Amino acid sequence: MTAFATDLIPGSRPETRLSRSLPGWALPVTTLAVAYLAVPLLATNYLFEAILLPFLALSLAGVGLNILTGYAGQVSLGSAAFMAVGAYAAYNFNLRVEGLPLIGSIVLAGLSAAAIGLAFGLPSLRLKGFYLAVSTLAAQFFVQWALTKFSWFSNDSASGVIDAPPLHVAGLTVEGPVGRYLFALTVVTVLTFLSYRLVISQTGRNFIAVRDNETAARIIGVPVLKTKLLAFAVSSFIIGVAGVLWAFAYLRTVEPAGFNLDRSFQILFIVIIGGLATIRGAFFGAALIVAFPLVLSRFGSFVLGDVFDSGVLDMSQRIVLGALIILFLVLEPDGLAALADRLRRRIGTVLRRR
Amino acid sequence: MEGFDGLFFLEVLVGGLLSGVMYSLVAIGFVLIYKTSGVLNFAQGAMLLFAALTFVSLTERGISFPLAFAITFAIMVVLGITIERTVLRPLTNRPPITLFMATLGLSYVIEGAAQLIWGTQVHGLDLGIEDVPFDVSGVFISQFDLFAAAVAATLVAVLSVFFRYTRIGLGFRAVADDPFAALAVGLRLPVIWATVWAAAGLVALVAGLLWGARVGVQFSLSLVVLKALPVLVLGGFDSIPGAIVGGLLIGAAEKLAEVYLGDYFGGGIESWFAYVLALVVLLVRPAGLFGQKRVERV
Repeated sequence: MTAFATDLIPGSRPETRLSRSLPGWALPVTTLAVAYLAVPLLATNYLFEAILLPFLALSLAGVGLNILTGYAGQVSLGSAAFMAVGAYAAYNFNLRVEGLPLIGSIVLAGLSAAAIGLAFGLPSLRLKGFYLAVSTLAAQFFVQWALTKFSWFSNDSASGVIDAPPLHVAGLTVEGPVGRYLFALTVVTVLTFLSYRLVISQTGRNFIAVRDNETAARIIGVPVLKTKLLAFAVSSFIIGVAGVLWAFAYLRTVEPAGFNLDRSFQILFIVIIGGLATIRGAFFGAALIVAFPLVLSRFGSFVLGDVFDSGVLDMSQRIVLGALIILFLVLEPDGLAALADRLRRRIGTVLRRR
Repeated sequence: MEGFDGLFFLEVLVGGLLSGVMYSLVAIGFVLIYKTSGVLNFAQGAMLLFAALTFVSLTERGISFPLAFAITFAIMVVLGITIERTVLRPLTNRPPITLFMATLGLSYVIEGAAQLIWGTQVHGLDLGIEDVPFDVSGVFISQFDLFAAAVAATLVAVLSVFFRYTRIGLGFRAVADDPFAALAVGLRLPVIWATVWAAAGLVALVAGLLWGARVGVQFSLSLVVLKALPVLVLGGFDSIPGAIVGGLLIGAAEKLAEVYLGDYFGGGIESWFAYVLALVVLLVRPAGLFGQKRVERV
């Protein structure tokens, strides 16, 4: 398995002269510099609200699911439930604990999601493959039901709707789309960096060993049960924080129905399209998933005019999305991340020729 | 609750068992495909929606019942062959979970296409069966439910005979048992796959009509797949008897739980009860009640 080798030793990717001439941290640092400095100056409010904020939240959720599904090989169809747990936990911690800083609420929300993730990850100790995938649906339905049913979670608001509190970080109030963008960007950057450190550590290698062959992993001394549960906990933590961003930074008003099965599938699609077992992939996948409905609606109304109403748009979105999934699985199973690598190599070759 | 009303209990139980038959009907379609190609076909619900929607739209355009049935079946066969060509064949020898994700994508395509072609409005479907409950020594049983149960029983009988006595049916079982050995003795895998997807299309059509008559033909029809999954988990993905028994168990347990336990949880527990039940069973028997145990080799 070629992906296996490159996962294990990050430096062993077939390097081109272009990337060899640059240190490995150059690209992430450039991206971050652009994201922190250039984007706030250039982007419009629409860009923040409709594209960048959902992109950041979904990317983080994708990173979380990728740790579980891509690295540790446990398919989960309940990601949206863990997002919901994160969002509602952060709301309640913020509401009910006096003087708790926002960061505290976020960490506690992540830990709550991790605890729920652990509970629903327990079946993974006995179940594999499809049986496990189906059992994660239990999390999806149970959490959504509990949040709607028990109004305590939403402070007795109608049908479980919660409004995000004002965001205070270190004495500053985060306001407006730009502020929320920078806040979300910081959270995503920190967690992505930690995830990257995790997957290249011994723990990350254990994840991959369990994914590729559980029995073999057990024989060489990987603690399989502990590893699986850890994957569930870490992944749910990250997805939970993504849920906080979704609720607090992006939508500001959420209801349990927003975290439905379609959202879970959306996150799974992000991971598939972006590329399993790559941290970068989640960002590529999320970018595509967020941008493509907007592009499709513009394109559709341009080509078809009035025939292209919202109903038709909705349906054609489903068709194109489904077809994209199949196409990626057939033609580019390693996802956009692999595509990007190939592109970079090709550019490197062209540059070298000159 | 004061005193235990035995008759009421029986009525709930029978109602649950009969609605369980409806779950089994959907589950059988999954089992057919899982047995022969090892794919958990998430698109089964979408196929069900597509079949029911096509059938209803045809009858609404004045086409007679049997003809509409035949046309829809033909379309399902074409769909099965198309899926085999465009999705399954390029993905041969890939991990089962990849194939599962492909069927997820497929379900999006089919759902979208069904509604793009036939529209999104809710269609009523009248199969000409009166849904009047009749009285069996104090227990009321819905006539429609009995009809559904009879259809399911017939379907299972036909499928069993087909698998046991026909050449292509035996081919199915050979492929299910060992695809490589089946190829080696000259069975044509693509033909068998296309046939089995067509058969699953037929099951989807039958289930779609019965469910459609029950709840109306609309988008939510494709969500019955979510009802069938715990049934499959409970019975084992590769067992038709498992699908039947699992369906009956889930149907009965779900109704009884809703009636007798629902109050303690504040109602609405049917959205997750089946899953939790299936999970509990799985913790004891990881391959379901009737599923085959897999021996793992390094």
